[in-house]
Amino acid sequence: MEDRHILDIQDLHVYFRVYEGVSYVLDGIYLHIARGERVGLVGETGCGKTVTMKTVMGMLKSPPAIIRYDKVSLDGQDILKMSPKELLRVKGTKISMIFQDPMNALNPVFTVGEQLYDVIRFAQKRLDNEKNPSQKEIHDRGIAILKEVRLPDPERIMGNYPLELSGGMRQRVLIAMALVNEPSFLIADEPGTALDVTIQDQILNLLKELVENRGISVLLISHNLGVVRETTERAYIMYAGQIVETAPVDLLFENPVHPYTQGLLASVPSLTGGEIAEGIPGMVPDYTVAPSGCRFHPRCTHSMSICSEKKPSLTMIEPDHYVACYLYTEQKEQNE
Amino acid sequence: MEAKQRVLSSVNLELTETWWMAFKDKIGRSWYRFRRNPISLTGASMVLLVILLATLAPYITPYPEAAGGFTDFPNAFQPPGKAHWFGTDAIGRDLFTRVLFGYRISLMLAVVVLSISVPFGVILGLTAGYFGGKIETVIMRITDVFLALPPLVMALAICASFTPTIEVAMLAVASIWWTWHCRLVDSIARSVKTEEFVQASQVIGDNHFRILFKDILPNCASAVIVKITLDAGFVILVGAGLSFLGLGVQPPKPGLGTMISYGSMYLPEKWWMTVFPSFAIFFLILGFNLLGDGLRDMLDVEAGGS
Amino acid sequence: MNEPILVVENLVKYFPIRGGLFHHQIGEVKAVDDISFNIKSDEIFGLVGESGSGKSTIGKTLVRIYKPTSGNIRFKGKDVFHIAEKELFFFKKEVQMVFQDPKSSLNPRRSIKSTLEDPLIVHKLAQNGHSRKKTIKDLLQMVELSSNYMYKYPSELSGGQRQRIAIARALAVKPSFIVLDEPTSALDVSVQAKIIRLLQRLQSELQLSYLFISHDLSLMRTVASRIAVMYLGRIYELAPTEELFRNPLHPYTRTLISAVPVVSEKEQQVKPTKQSKEGEIPSPANPPSGCAFHSRCSLADQICSEQLPELVEVIQGHFVRCHHVSLNIASAKL
Repeated sequence: MEDRHILDIQDLHVYFRVYEGVSYVLDGIYLHIARGERVGLVGETGCGKTVTMKTVMGMLKSPPAIIRYDKVSLDGQDILKMSPKELLRVKGTKISMIFQDPMNALNPVFTVGEQLYDVIRFAQKRLDNEKNPSQKEIHDRGIAILKEVRLPDPERIMGNYPLELSGGMRQRVLIAMALVNEPSFLIADEPGTALDVTIQDQILNLLKELVENRGISVLLISHNLGVVRETTERAYIMYAGQIVETAPVDLLFENPVHPYTQGLLASVPSLTGGEIAEGIPGMVPDYTVAPSGCRFHPRCTHSMSICSEKKPSLTMIEPDHYVACYLYTEQKEQNE
Repeated sequence: MEAKQRVLSSVNLELTETWWMAFKDKIGRSWYRFRRNPISLTGASMVLLVILLATLAPYITPYPEAAGGFTDFPNAFQPPGKAHWFGTDAIGRDLFTRVLFGYRISLMLAVVVLSISVPFGVILGLTAGYFGGKIETVIMRITDVFLALPPLVMALAICASFTPTIEVAMLAVASIWWTWHCRLVDSIARSVKTEEFVQASQVIGDNHFRILFKDILPNCASAVIVKITLDAGFVILVGAGLSFLGLGVQPPKPGLGTMISYGSMYLPEKWWMTVFPSFAIFFLILGFNLLGDGLRDMLDVEAGGS
Repeated sequence: MNEPILVVENLVKYFPIRGGLFHHQIGEVKAVDDISFNIKSDEIFGLVGESGSGKSTIGKTLVRIYKPTSGNIRFKGKDVFHIAEKELFFFKKEVQMVFQDPKSSLNPRRSIKSTLEDPLIVHKLAQNGHSRKKTIKDLLQMVELSSNYMYKYPSELSGGQRQRIAIARALAVKPSFIVLDEPTSALDVSVQAKIIRLLQRLQSELQLSYLFISHDLSLMRTVASRIAVMYLGRIYELAPTEELFRNPLHPYTRTLISAVPVVSEKEQQVKPTKQSKEGEIPSPANPPSGCAFHSRCSLADQICSEQLPELVEVIQGHFVRCHHVSLNIASAKL
């Protein structure tokens, strides 16, 4: 039975051993991405989105990480049970990644062309193709993808070193490198964060276009709510290792129901002016002594006694809109 | 990942209410990191063992008189056995005792040389790196000249020109050793001075001295400490080399290099006269090197916070 | 009291590019190229722009980290760069700065106490260790941190907490003017909100003036009362905040506003039409001739690449540097 989701995470828990004891970072994450869907994962620093991303990429070393889960599958296969060899075949071919900082993600001592060739060549090797692509084929594919990311004069860019290119151009090169092997799943980690606003605008539009044309599923990780709204179709809001709300972006941002989502949106300065809210009182918790139940409860103005006792599960409040909050579960139970 | 965890788990505010509690917390964390690293632990144990043995040498050695000009010809050339664990030398002195006393000399050599050369080198390096321009050029060119001279050869030359005693040998080594620290600190100071916190101090109105000692020096400290630990081994090696060539520790003092030199005449039959002192040097230097590596890992993490 | 507290006149700052065998100068980065503006006391003046705009350079030149290539800056009437040693000290008590990256603006090797003590010791603001400690506790309270943070090190604090310390350090000398260089760019959105509100509260309570530098236009709208839009070392538009957003005239300003990723449909509606083509931001080492924006501007003409337009007051208080805008407004007036 083919999985209709390209990525399916169910009840993922991740712990780390540290000086103070055990750091319980991810507390039961649920996340799924349908084929061809663009999904955003929103959260602030320390909420666990990087750990989630690393888990999906099979990049967490265990120990020191301890991972428990119901399901973490990529295209029907359990990623965490894959052998290193299988993982290698999947990375770069089926699943590809765009890193946050274009300055650091490219190797400064190799030209763009050399790095692009490497990506293409190694992917072929991993897929065990009988025919090894010729140098000319590789070159042509490289030029083609550089044209698609709208880099002017691709021939010359191939010969450039990363330091000779501007931030926006490097980001385009990174996108090219991620897409050249035609992955079915792309993870974009804070794309455009390190770029200027007008350049970020161009890059995000480009990314959206390329991804839509190819039907690639995307997991876009960001702390920038505006970027998520303008680039993705559906988003998850994450707080302290728990998923608190998820919905299609228009719905989510026009009608946020979880107190954290509401606090977050209120803190974003608006282009139409007006005061920003007071922010959210309190601080992100210490994962070695994380709050019990709903991890947001110490900072929540609506918290009730049950919030600290048991973690609320994601319940549907309207089609496609799920929230993990007792304010709504209770209501739902009352309505039933 | 570690960084974020540290940042988030830091705020057990009660733990740092006073200076003393904050200090204890910091030491606790450093120790945790240190003891997780088997390399540094091994190195530290080795060095501590040597220091302990050297300090207690007069009290724990079976034949303390062997450290000096004692003769016992009937007992000469004894192989290692129950009475003499490391055997005896050409004139009947117990080698085990001499090795332990030899450690005293080696450690003292390291301490004296480094306590003269390091402060000198660090101050020059700070001045050069921070002020830059002509001051830096002058200092660094002088340093370059000294660096071009291999320490052993230089020490040889100085020792040969004056009376070759261990004191002269130490001064000779110190006179070139400062250059390494000067260069190290200069390069660190050059990059630290461009950091924003230095600019912030300038905006506050700090004078140069304050910036040098409060902002720049602490950021050089970890590199210097690691280097000192690794230097200790090397200085001891240079000293042993000088002694081996007859220009360092003079008999009847139990310099390890001197012992190897005299013992080498009786190889290979009376192997213990060379092997034990050699191993002693090797053990100490290895200990310092492992300790230095471990310290570097520990201090690097602390500085970057990640 | 409407006498400006800060007057910047024709400020120019070029950085030499060195290269070649002899490390000689082979070019210049024209970071700041003839900038003039005033800031009134008790005002928050915003400087907005992207990389290469020169906004950070202006901030750092104001606090004397850089010396200007030409032009002058007058603070409370006195020339900032031609003052005696004694007056320099006075200046440092009046004008302070909060840097962008809290990770690098605090010395990782110094405890919070040591960092905050510094200004107190240097300016002799407390008699002994005991009163210094008390002052530090007061400062921490002012930035909403418990006094238990005194003995901690920056690596043990979160970004928001570090930035509060940086603010406390700037406040320690009781300045009247603070340069804030992207003070919240490195922070999460919910933390940013708290810091911004703290800064606003401090500004009104202590009657401070701010030069607020940022690339975030939405933030600027919330915070600043007047905004200057910079591009490649020059000001291309300057207006009171509401006027700038209601009526953005320069194509670059319009591009900038429309590029902001927004979270609501309401905001999406107010975005002006973008008047630019796809392209990179040129380097200030090699800026385009004439109007620097012409390489990306959809309105660009021959004259735009030949002649730099003047910064003209087209509406009261609203200045624009653009051939087309000036022409349009002039013809509308006729």
